[in-house]
Amino acid sequence: MTDLAQQPPPDIDVEKLASQRSLWRIRGTLLWRSARRNWKLFRANGIGLFGLAIVAFWALMALAPAVFFATGYWDSGTFDPVTGLELDPPSEFRTIVQKVENPDTEISVQQVLLDGRISGNVGDVVEVKLQPAPPNAKHWLGTDPLGRDVMSQLMHGARAAFFLGILAAVVTVVVATLVGSIAAFFGGAMDAVFMRLADLLIMIPGLAILIAISAVFQFQLWHLALVIGLLSGFGGTAIVLKSQALAVKVKPFVDAARVAGGSNSHIIVQHVIPNVMPLSFLYMMFTVTGAIQSEATLSFLGLLNVKSSWGLMIQLANNQGYLLQGTTYWWLLFPAGMAVTLLAAAFFLIGRAMDEVVNPRLRRR
Amino acid sequence: MNAPLVKVDQLTKLFPVSKGMFRKPTDFIHAVDGISFEIAPGESLGLVGESGCGKSTTGRMLVKLDETTSGQIFMADDKDDLIDVAHITPENMKKFRRKVQMIFQDPYESMNPRRTVFETIAEPLAVQNIGALHEREERVSDMLNLVGLAPPEAFLFRYPHELSGGQRQRVAIARALVLDPSFVVADEPTSMLDVSIRISIMDLMLNLANEFNVSYLYITHDLAVARYMCDRIAVMYLGKIVEIGDTEDILGNPLHPYTKALLSAVPVPDPSYSRIEPDIKGGITKSINPPPLCRFIERCPWANETCSSNDHPPLEDKAEGHYVACHLVEKSVANV
Amino acid sequence: MARPLLEVDNLVMHYTTEKGDVSAIEDVSFTLHEGESLGLVGESGCGKTSIAMALLQLASENAVYKGGSILLEGTDLLTLSADQMRRRRWKDISMVFQGAMNAWNPVYRVGDQIREALDAHFRPRLSEAEAKGRISRLFELVGLNPDMEKRYPHEFSGGMRQRAIIAMALSCDPKIIIADEPTTALDVIVQDQILQELKKIQRDLGMSIIYISHDIAVIAEVTDTIGVMYAGKLVEFGSTKEVFARPKHPYAFLLLSSTPSVTGPRRKLAPLEGEPPDLLNPPSGCRFHPRCPWATEQCTTEEPPMTHLADNHKVACWNWEQVPEMGGLIK
Repeated sequence: MTDLAQQPPPDIDVEKLASQRSLWRIRGTLLWRSARRNWKLFRANGIGLFGLAIVAFWALMALAPAVFFATGYWDSGTFDPVTGLELDPPSEFRTIVQKVENPDTEISVQQVLLDGRISGNVGDVVEVKLQPAPPNAKHWLGTDPLGRDVMSQLMHGARAAFFLGILAAVVTVVVATLVGSIAAFFGGAMDAVFMRLADLLIMIPGLAILIAISAVFQFQLWHLALVIGLLSGFGGTAIVLKSQALAVKVKPFVDAARVAGGSNSHIIVQHVIPNVMPLSFLYMMFTVTGAIQSEATLSFLGLLNVKSSWGLMIQLANNQGYLLQGTTYWWLLFPAGMAVTLLAAAFFLIGRAMDEVVNPRLRRR
Repeated sequence: MNAPLVKVDQLTKLFPVSKGMFRKPTDFIHAVDGISFEIAPGESLGLVGESGCGKSTTGRMLVKLDETTSGQIFMADDKDDLIDVAHITPENMKKFRRKVQMIFQDPYESMNPRRTVFETIAEPLAVQNIGALHEREERVSDMLNLVGLAPPEAFLFRYPHELSGGQRQRVAIARALVLDPSFVVADEPTSMLDVSIRISIMDLMLNLANEFNVSYLYITHDLAVARYMCDRIAVMYLGKIVEIGDTEDILGNPLHPYTKALLSAVPVPDPSYSRIEPDIKGGITKSINPPPLCRFIERCPWANETCSSNDHPPLEDKAEGHYVACHLVEKSVANV
Repeated sequence: MARPLLEVDNLVMHYTTEKGDVSAIEDVSFTLHEGESLGLVGESGCGKTSIAMALLQLASENAVYKGGSILLEGTDLLTLSADQMRRRRWKDISMVFQGAMNAWNPVYRVGDQIREALDAHFRPRLSEAEAKGRISRLFELVGLNPDMEKRYPHEFSGGMRQRAIIAMALSCDPKIIIADEPTTALDVIVQDQILQELKKIQRDLGMSIIYISHDIAVIAEVTDTIGVMYAGKLVEFGSTKEVFARPKHPYAFLLLSSTPSVTGPRRKLAPLEGEPPDLLNPPSGCRFHPRCPWATEQCTTEEPPMTHLADNHKVACWNWEQVPEMGGLIK
């Protein structure tokens, strides 16, 4: 059984509370009180705070471009994540040679031929525009092979990740809570249908479905969120929440509500769902993790119709052949890869910390 | 006896013993097997027996938490006419819910941990659409005063986990009585409370019953508690009522061999009191498809050919209002 | 009287929790003699189970012994290492717990689980035949058919499982058995059978039993001596007959007065007002004073010492002389 609240902090005076006439204000105060108590429990756990810090960092990152563009710190011609282009990247002088021995000062004939803009013979010293450019004062994380700012892409990618993760999580929770509660409460055929569907969704590999669907349809980001949400909401999460709802359903307080004359919908809404909710929120966090990873994978495979995302950044680096060049072009891979890993992990860590708040049994005494 | 408030006639509940998904069950546990009794207005009847004897199932059927398999339950309406609860109109159903309430055993599980005391007690009012919000609040405050949780402001907006077991059970009593019912099923309401709290809760229930003219069906395994709470006692064994009568008659002069055994097994809080050892064989069994014989036959110290050649004995009036279901009850009467 | 077997002296044990120290056992002293059966009675949270755990040295990790000693035949159990204690448990002092009947491992035969306990404690190990004979004798002792040892726990009823637990507790010939609510989850008839069985075994084997229960009727039934506990303290101690006939501590008096019985005249009982205290923050002075009808100024500030009345009857109350005769308060 989940029990969010254990001991009341003594600082709210219940008697004073009762003297407030508006019931809504009382509810608000009580909610605030339990929120503070849960925050205290959450805070006691280091990994949760660490996760929260990472999420907060990426949230700031996601908000930053709007500020930079609005203040004119960034101009959209250069810094737009999709259409931006650095016309004047840093350059270096190199000697054209047959065989490169020192890449910092030499450039091969072949490279000169490939890059049609420069020409010359062996022994000439030519100016090479560095594209992708390494991090510099203007582009903190350098530019990508198309001359676009990596930092800007990273920030826009964070926005996409949040949008996707949160939408998928909300869909999951709404669907799973309803499915779980209804299946548990009514049992019988309803239960059988939902649970076999859940088994089916767990059985078939999610990523394979996503790839199949996105190969057929033009897949937008919110489509993906919806699909992930539905897969998880009707699948594994529904089973977990159903078992929780089953545990609630047999509680004497449900009997008490029935004896009072409460209808099925009254009992589901007032008793079952509120007691399943904490677990729902927990699974929300895990869904976010899964959604961010799926997005990265699909973008990497080029199956997602999305303007800017972390997966896309890695895909571009791969397409242009930079993926296998070791750490030389680290800014093309490392920031995006790191971002995916960190944010996915952060939500997972928050989920684990919430698990301790929600399940008193896991809590240290 | 006055016109009864509750009348139960041949009430039966069979639970199928599941044998796989698609086969129709052929085996049934006879949890409650054709029991009949009446409860007068303001009277409390104790339903006593060991675990698994069907006492809780009976209580749950009376408040319509469990469906009956067969038999009838009648409840007196406002004009004292008995109404068959099984064929109740939706409109009367609402009235029925107001008149019949239940108090549960476990004070820790019988309240939603996410609802305040006010929301818990006001739930029946809210469900029945009685009164505006401030009227409900007043009513809940009155109830809290009545059950001894004063001042009410100190309790209205507490959550269950902020209350002790005794306080929770008081809230549960307030919730059961907030609709002003005439009949309350109390399923072992004090068995999970500390000994020092029990008497005050039992006293509270007795006082409120007097004040509101409530009848209790008091379900308990503890004969001493039943004696304290009830006017009459019915003893159940494997789905059957084996003896029913006035409390002191049953305890002072038990006629059924099972009642005798049960009574003599109760420990007495007096070290100088020496009990007679209970005369009973074996242990309690499950009543899956029982033969029509007396249910107690296997454990009965008296059982003879009469018992093994006749059906389960009917409840018969052996002394004024003292009913016993035993073929050999004359032997028992003779022993006294 | 027989030789003292177990002497608990001024034992103080606290549980450290995040919210502070819970004073679970506060200055408790009592003696258990050979062949004696002692009852500890009190409400949940009064420290009676903590005492059982302290005697067995099985208290949870956050238990801190702040003072006192537990002398078992002259050895202080508090000074023993975990390993030394493990060897003494079962052999010198064993236990029957409330939920124990549900603690059988469902995948092993009951007899094999008892055999495991025998193997762990007998040096040299018993031979197969010796162990078998011993288990058969144990089963007979607790009123089970010896053939039952080949059965699995699910084939036992609740009462039979509890009997088997008693057999297990007896398996290494302990000097003391601690029975913590041994019959609480059982029906009255089974409870009665088990209690009679325990009484008989005790008589036959001459061991000492400490019964721990909230049910004073059970304690009255089976014990020679009784200790009444309230909020971590032993408030009254004496022979069971004496304490039940003439309780001198207000708590004991009210507890006895508020216990319904199937015998005697039907009467109104005197309720015990209030709630047990929070042991994180126990009341000053006498811990019972907030609920005590005879409390005086002194009770709120000073802790009452143990007053020795007649032979072996002790009470911790300033105003024990005020406490009326049994039945005095009852309408």
